[in-house]
Amino acid sequence: MQLTLEFGGGLELLCDSKKIHNVNVEIQNGEDKLTMKDLLSWVRTNLIKERPEMFMKGDTVRPGVLVLVNDCDWELSGQLNTSLEEKDVVVFISTLHGG
Amino acid sequence: MSSETQEAEASRIRRQINELKQERDTIDAKISELQSQLNHLHLKNGVVSNGGSSSHSSNALEPHMIYRYSRHLLLPSFGVQGQENLLNASILVVGAGGLGSPALLYLAACGVGRLGIVDHDVVELNNMHRQIIHTEAYIGQPKVKSAAAACRSINSTIQIVEHQEALRTSNALEILSQYDIIVDATDNAPSRYMINDCCVVLGKPLVSGAALGLEGQLTVYNYNGGPCYRCLFPTPPPTTACQRCADSGVLGVVPGIIGCLQALEAIKIAASVGEILSGRMLLFDALSARIRIVKIRGRSMQCEACAENTTFKQQQFQEFDYENFTQTPLSVGPLRLNLLATESRISSKEYSDIVHNKEPHVLLDVRPAHHFKIVSLTKSLNIPLSTLETRLPEISTALKKEEEQKGVASGSSAQLYVICRRGNDSQRAVQYLQKMGYTSAKDIVGGLESWAHNVDPSFPTY
Ligand SMILES: [Zn+2]
Repeated sequence: MQLTLEFGGGLELLCDSKKIHNVNVEIQNGEDKLTMKDLLSWVRTNLIKERPEMFMKGDTVRPGVLVLVNDCDWELSGQLNTSLEEKDVVVFISTLHGG
Repeated sequence: MSSETQEAEASRIRRQINELKQERDTIDAKISELQSQLNHLHLKNGVVSNGGSSSHSSNALEPHMIYRYSRHLLLPSFGVQGQENLLNASILVVGAGGLGSPALLYLAACGVGRLGIVDHDVVELNNMHRQIIHTEAYIGQPKVKSAAAACRSINSTIQIVEHQEALRTSNALEILSQYDIIVDATDNAPSRYMINDCCVVLGKPLVSGAALGLEGQLTVYNYNGGPCYRCLFPTPPPTTACQRCADSGVLGVVPGIIGCLQALEAIKIAASVGEILSGRMLLFDALSARIRIVKIRGRSMQCEACAENTTFKQQQFQEFDYENFTQTPLSVGPLRLNLLATESRISSKEYSDIVHNKEPHVLLDVRPAHHFKIVSLTKSLNIPLSTLETRLPEISTALKKEEEQKGVASGSSAQLYVICRRGNDSQRAVQYLQKMGYTSAKDIVGGLESWAHNVDPSFPTY
């Protein structure tokens, strides 16, 4: 499944300082869809190069990270259970505090 | 009078003052509502508003105001009503820094009736690339004084209120309750939670902006049933994820843009025009020139601050420990680690003697490479802390080379000293180096800042 993943607010530093990643994620054998839960573990294995604890806590993102699926907060689409579709854009952004 | 009865009397008076203040706020709100209804009627019917004594006025604006704000009045979607609403509104900006600077300038210029500024800090030279409200003449002076003077010089017809103090749970309710709209232009996590919670218990809309590096974020919390900061971020992030401009850097214009957008949202709320950025968040990426506006969740039923059945009220707010909650101090003050035994540390003065006496040694600078490029001590070897693990052989080589050059007698060896910006990473590095067999490694207490302060005043700090 072709997806565009974007990292911002400093999270890009965990994946070679690259903000936009066009990726192809295979649906697991025996599954008929790809969920955000699957995608998170794929990202952790394939894109996060350092300090994974700055990205995830348990099986979800760490506090202070907003997840947006097609410009919409994943809370509105079912969080970890959100089903992804071809060409979806998923944004991971760390909240900023500076000023 | 015993001290107990005195205290009881004082708290009775305080209570009475608070009750009266609340009554006054209710009355003020009612008056401004009636005033705006009246103005509206006059506009519709063309009735003269100022007692009928003048032949030219059809609204509450005085001639000098009509001239000053004419370009607002000419906007069909803003007009006289928008400007009158603005003149009747009060806005508080917390933080007169990178975000607060442009926000305050625009809010003063546009004619907000009463504009409050909270800040406890003083103006510093390394603020000035982004905190554009301050001028060089105010370096060392309180930011509130400097910002208020700038606002007054732009618009002498509005009321500017100076709150020259740090916002704390003990004074936040009293300060915020005097304003209709709050602008969060602070720079740290505990302040953001504290201001949010205070706005929730007082029922005030909160225009929240943040900027770091080359990115900015903006949204309006607690507006018209929309979500609050805690609805989005119920658990504070780990402290390692809370970067500050002083450590990570920020391109000056980035908070400038976000601060302008904060002023815009505050003006829209005050004037009752347009669609407010509530339930949506604006994400700004300066490097790629991209602005994205995303839909965020609504008010959370589980939110500890704003859910309907919450027990979080003024008293709980005053007792809440925001520094403990976020594990971050409210006011700045750089971290000072103390990881090493005293015999593993030397002062910058002692190191200066070592250089002076030409004692054989290697100076290892563990700052990131882009810091090293700003300024460094002569003949220091830069190996950033994050790459130390893989580059240990370079240290051994450097030590050997130094021993050969200085003709160190066999049996003794060149010393290894470690430095960084403020003396925290150098301790982490020494801890690691000692574990890897460089047992005599020592860190220079206070880093390059101490060198500049105690040894060489001409050495640049940043
Ligand atoms: Zn809430």
